[in-house]
Amino acid sequence: MIRVRGLRKAYGETTVLDGIDLDVPEGAVFALLGPNGAGKTTTVNILTTLVRPDAGEVLVAGADPRTDPDAVRAAIGVTGQFVAIDQLLTAEENLALMADLHHLGRRAGRARTAELIDQFDLQEAARRPAQTYSGGMRRRLDIAMGLVATPRVIFLDEPTTGLDPRARRMLWETIRGLAAGGTTVFLTTQYLEEADQLAGRIAVLHRGRIAAEGTPGELKRLVPGGHVTLTFAGDADLRTAAAALDRPVPADSLTLEVPGDGSVRSLRLLLSTLDQAGAELESLAVHTPDLDDVFLALTAQEATR
Amino acid sequence: MTTLTYAVRDSNTMLRRNLRRMLRYPSLTLMLAALPIIFLLLFTYVFGGTIGAGLGGDRADYLVYLVPGVLVMTVAGGATGTSISVASDMTEGIVARFRTMAIARVSILTGHVVGSLIQTTIGLLIVLATALALGFRTGVGPAAWLGVAAVLLMTTFAITWLSVALGLMARSVEEASNTPMPLTLLPFLGSGFVPTGTMPGGLRQFAEYQPFTPVMEALRALLTGAPAGGHILAATAWMAGIALAGYLWARHRYNRL
Repeated sequence: MIRVRGLRKAYGETTVLDGIDLDVPEGAVFALLGPNGAGKTTTVNILTTLVRPDAGEVLVAGADPRTDPDAVRAAIGVTGQFVAIDQLLTAEENLALMADLHHLGRRAGRARTAELIDQFDLQEAARRPAQTYSGGMRRRLDIAMGLVATPRVIFLDEPTTGLDPRARRMLWETIRGLAAGGTTVFLTTQYLEEADQLAGRIAVLHRGRIAAEGTPGELKRLVPGGHVTLTFAGDADLRTAAAALDRPVPADSLTLEVPGDGSVRSLRLLLSTLDQAGAELESLAVHTPDLDDVFLALTAQEATR
Repeated sequence: MTTLTYAVRDSNTMLRRNLRRMLRYPSLTLMLAALPIIFLLLFTYVFGGTIGAGLGGDRADYLVYLVPGVLVMTVAGGATGTSISVASDMTEGIVARFRTMAIARVSILTGHVVGSLIQTTIGLLIVLATALALGFRTGVGPAAWLGVAAVLLMTTFAITWLSVALGLMARSVEEASNTPMPLTLLPFLGSGFVPTGTMPGGLRQFAEYQPFTPVMEALRALLTGAPAGGHILAATAWMAGIALAGYLWARHRYNRL
């Protein structure tokens, strides 16, 4: 559905994208993960016909955004980084505006508007101007507006930035629903957790290059730092456990760090090993890799290469 | 459907959007009419007696002289409104959304232009009604009024395209509200409030050859039943030039965004 080869873009002296390759199959949820300034928004802008690339090959829904932008535009729905709704219009009017611009016709437009208002839980706000909405409601309307014409690909540029945790979770549900309906989703985010929750494949963008690409599981395996911290009540238990797990005994603490991904299966194994050895465990904490770990690991790899 | 019918249909959709925004935020339209009305009152009641006497008449005669200047001021004030709405559209991000949709690109601009034409026409009617309430009377017939309407419409159209370009150039809404300001003052540096004959050398030449003077002279001639042909011709030439320049500038700027 999306195919990118050797994509480059520079603004003056600053290289934003330095030859990136991406493949997103139809129906997939794909996350482009990276910190601010990595080039995520530039990538989305190129794929959605807003910005012309300097070099490289780009195909979105079978069309080249440079030579056939209208074919791309007809296939996509876009929700940019900044909310793009008419603040003076109501949710209904905003959606009807989109329906008119997609030439849906009066009856079909009304039906689609009503459907999206239900689907995005905007009933109570349907007749109020959008400037009175909360951040989460604005985002929901914003995304709904990109879906009026039932696009084949939807682009979401940092859709949950600035939302509170509850609104973020609601939005995740919405995005999962879209994916379940067969829409291809191209998502950018700064949060590994978000990519992990939603995407089947993740590409990590770092300084204009793809630093790593794969499933969430594959990416996490690249990252050291996933471990389980075990805390014991006394020195005897600590020693027993260290012997059973084949770890050195720490000199000045009652904790052991054991590498592991924190899955239920590995924890069960760990606990039964401790039980059999007779070590009494006081508490345990699972540390999963976060975005910091991913970036530290990936940039460190790059530096030593 | 052809490209042209799509362009018309999309422009129509954008116009409806702009009209709806106008209804939801009517204070902008009223504010645009308020400034010329203040000048109308100020010049009629505060300065009108003296200036009227200076022109060899009275306050009522001066009101007749004053109305074309105030009408053109209303048109120029409308430019500020257009520029503000275009700029706020550009900053709100909704235009980026429009640009990722398969719609006629020009419709966003034409929607603004037609919307502003309607908004300024409302402003002009309010100002004209105020002038009539103050005692503005003219003995000319419907043909002359039709001419007045045509000259005003043409001027509004030209100034609107110019202000669309100014709105697109602005980096912020504040800037967009400032750049069209000189247009509002331009009637003063012309034949809007006093005849240009009383002005000193350099200023007089500017006043006589600036674009608003032939417009105001044409309106004045039409409203007093004097021969208007030459003024209308000069005004048409100016406004056609401004409309074309404004359109090309706006299109160029819009395509670069």
